[in-house]
Amino acid sequence: MDALLLSRIQFGFVVSFHVLFPAFTIGLSSWLAFLEYRWLRTRDAVWKDLYFFWLKIFAVSFGMGVVSGIVMSFQFGTNWSVFAERAGAVLGPLLGFEVLTAFFLEATFLGVMLFGWNRVPERLHFLSTCMVALGTVISTFWILSANSWMHTPQGYELVDGFFHVSSWREVIFNPSFPYRLVHMTLAAFLTTCFVIGGVAGWYLRKGEHVEPARRMLRLATIFALIVVPLQILAGDLHGLNTVKHQPLKVAAMEGHWEQLPEGEGMPLVLWAVPDQEKRTNHQQIAIPRLGGIILTHSWDGQIEALDSAPPDDLPPVAPVFYAFRLMVAIGIAMLALAVASGVRWRQGRLDSARGLHLAWKLMLPSGFVAILSGWFVTELGRQPWVIYGQLRTAEAVSQVGGASVALSLGIYILAYAVVFGFGSAYILRMLGRGPLPHEPEPETEGGERTPARPLSAADASLEEGAR
Amino acid sequence: MPMETWLPVVWFGVIGFGVLMYVVLDGFVLGLGILAPFADDGEQLDLMMNTAAPIWDGNETWLVLGGVGLLAAFPTAYALVLSALYLPVLLMLVALVFRGVAFEFRFKAGSTKWLWGWAFALGSLCTAFWQGVILGALVEGMPVQEGRYIGGLLSWFSPFSMLTGAAVVFGYALLGSTWLILKTEGDLQRTARVLTRPLVLVVSVFMGLVSAWLPFLDSRVMERWFEDGNFWWLSPVPALTLLTAVGLWRAAMAEGRDARPFVLTLCFFALGFVGLVLGIWPYLVPPSLTIWEASAPASSQGFMLAGVVVLLPVVLGYTVWSYRVFRGKILAGQGYHH
Repeated sequence: MDALLLSRIQFGFVVSFHVLFPAFTIGLSSWLAFLEYRWLRTRDAVWKDLYFFWLKIFAVSFGMGVVSGIVMSFQFGTNWSVFAERAGAVLGPLLGFEVLTAFFLEATFLGVMLFGWNRVPERLHFLSTCMVALGTVISTFWILSANSWMHTPQGYELVDGFFHVSSWREVIFNPSFPYRLVHMTLAAFLTTCFVIGGVAGWYLRKGEHVEPARRMLRLATIFALIVVPLQILAGDLHGLNTVKHQPLKVAAMEGHWEQLPEGEGMPLVLWAVPDQEKRTNHQQIAIPRLGGIILTHSWDGQIEALDSAPPDDLPPVAPVFYAFRLMVAIGIAMLALAVASGVRWRQGRLDSARGLHLAWKLMLPSGFVAILSGWFVTELGRQPWVIYGQLRTAEAVSQVGGASVALSLGIYILAYAVVFGFGSAYILRMLGRGPLPHEPEPETEGGERTPARPLSAADASLEEGAR
Repeated sequence: MPMETWLPVVWFGVIGFGVLMYVVLDGFVLGLGILAPFADDGEQLDLMMNTAAPIWDGNETWLVLGGVGLLAAFPTAYALVLSALYLPVLLMLVALVFRGVAFEFRFKAGSTKWLWGWAFALGSLCTAFWQGVILGALVEGMPVQEGRYIGGLLSWFSPFSMLTGAAVVFGYALLGSTWLILKTEGDLQRTARVLTRPLVLVVSVFMGLVSAWLPFLDSRVMERWFEDGNFWWLSPVPALTLLTAVGLWRAAMAEGRDARPFVLTLCFFALGFVGLVLGIWPYLVPPSLTIWEASAPASSQGFMLAGVVVLLPVVLGYTVWSYRVFRGKILAGQGYHH
């Protein structure tokens, strides 16, 4: 069996699973900091109930993110040892700074956040929540710097095929990094925003937890109204940056096979079936000139076409093309929902808009789908390179036999199916149960003697839910 | 002395420190999982897990630091070791996944709670065993030609690596039992005390076996210990180890001094670690890669080291603080049902 293909599938599989959890917890930790802040300021119990409710969801998601992340930090060595050996001097320190500035911070303060409610003063507890949120953002900074460097490498010199750093400033702040960082961070926050809005819509449809749900729906609406347009802008700028550094990726996203005659202008392909073999699109529906206007901001502009490169240097066009359309479609749907909710709110009819509640509920997983599609666009779109223009994916793979990789891939799929299947089921069940009034605090005594008590109400009702 | 000479030495120390921190900190948490079958009932297992629930995540992070530090400072060794030990590393990681999520899932699971008790126990046991195998295979040396691993999928399998696998399982169990003496009272503490003495015995035997075997695996180890009168210089290591074992044996049953067994076990581990390092030095992958051969360029080691010097004390500071927040005994009937 082909160890290269299997290793790629395995990496794609474990990284796709992994990215879902950080993508959710980055936004969720800031949401928790906001809720705790509101509670401390207003002493309104609804905020505290919401805090403890989302804290449980956070704990499970964060745990799954941690364990799947540990797998990631060893994947480079097990399956991509040539890549690790040659680029370790560049990427290792970036990941090392991530561990030292973010992972320890998150992990340590998470313990206090989850179990320290009665052990530390409330301001210190709030500080712990903020530290966890800060940790997730710092982590995003470093990991996206490392990822961006692989897309737009600079600040290095090659010594016998090994990457040696000549300028750390150039490595960290490589050309695609600012765009990718903003686009991904906003995506993570929007993912959480639509989960919160989705849960609110769900409760309002059921007629349960109405007061917390009304607050969540309003906050999600405001946030989406501000951030979705920003995200569309950030995506556009990121795309223009990609045209500059990875034109073939954008050509694949647009299904742009042939260089057009001067002055014709590049069409915007709305839909097509790309054919890698014949290097053309079938069943194409396109708007003339619009593609050029969007990508070059000029009437007769066009970008480098796929036919400018030999077939061996092309990414797989169809998955990039489709995934890009899916991501954009979700972005448009998010914008439409945010605007519709804003309009209804101004009319004073947000709480009775049953259709909108349903729409929010259906859009609950939309952020996850958009992140995965965007991820496929950018990572498949840079193929066949793992370090763009410098190291091919095919050269980077370990000399491990196909059978070994097939075995490990099978084990990962099985293990992840069990772990993340149960994990998602527990999260859904907790979401379905919703925040309870006077949500019980995590118990933290120990050390002083306090009377024994049975399982907390939250756990008890979960037990019933399970039967 | 040029940077290229001393930076790798410093980095060997940094990674050694990270690995030792991981081994003792996650070691006692993994030990709790290994001892899980000795819990009387689900409630006692809750109690055992609750002693570590607020800190396990930070403890596990030292493993990530070790892995990523190796990638940053010694990329050649990272690439070689992980691809050569493909199967043990894979199985260790999967076991760690199950162990880790068990902490979060068990209290939320309802009717499937039993499943995560098993995941905790078996996940911990397998993680410990495979870590021991990885250690054994590394110390024993692997077939390398021109910087490339040339062994098969199973060349790590040997009597020695099986021995170290078992040794680490019992070693972590000892860390776990002495941690429980420190953090619990009553029945559970009694169980932990009763388990500690046999564990001290077994771990001492394993340490003796590994120490006796090592010089015969590799003539360099023999030379390091037994030529040029080195033995007299190095003899405090085995002597102190022996003293620690005796002290542990006595402390295990001594009422009222609940911290002493755990502290002694930490010393026991640190001494064992020093013994191993004395055998390996100056190799990272004996007998093929020295620390200088495996090193990243000074531009990378220096940059990362600056980060370590500034940030590691901060990390250690808030880690100590979090242990202080959660100091004291965990009592029955209470828990962290978050």
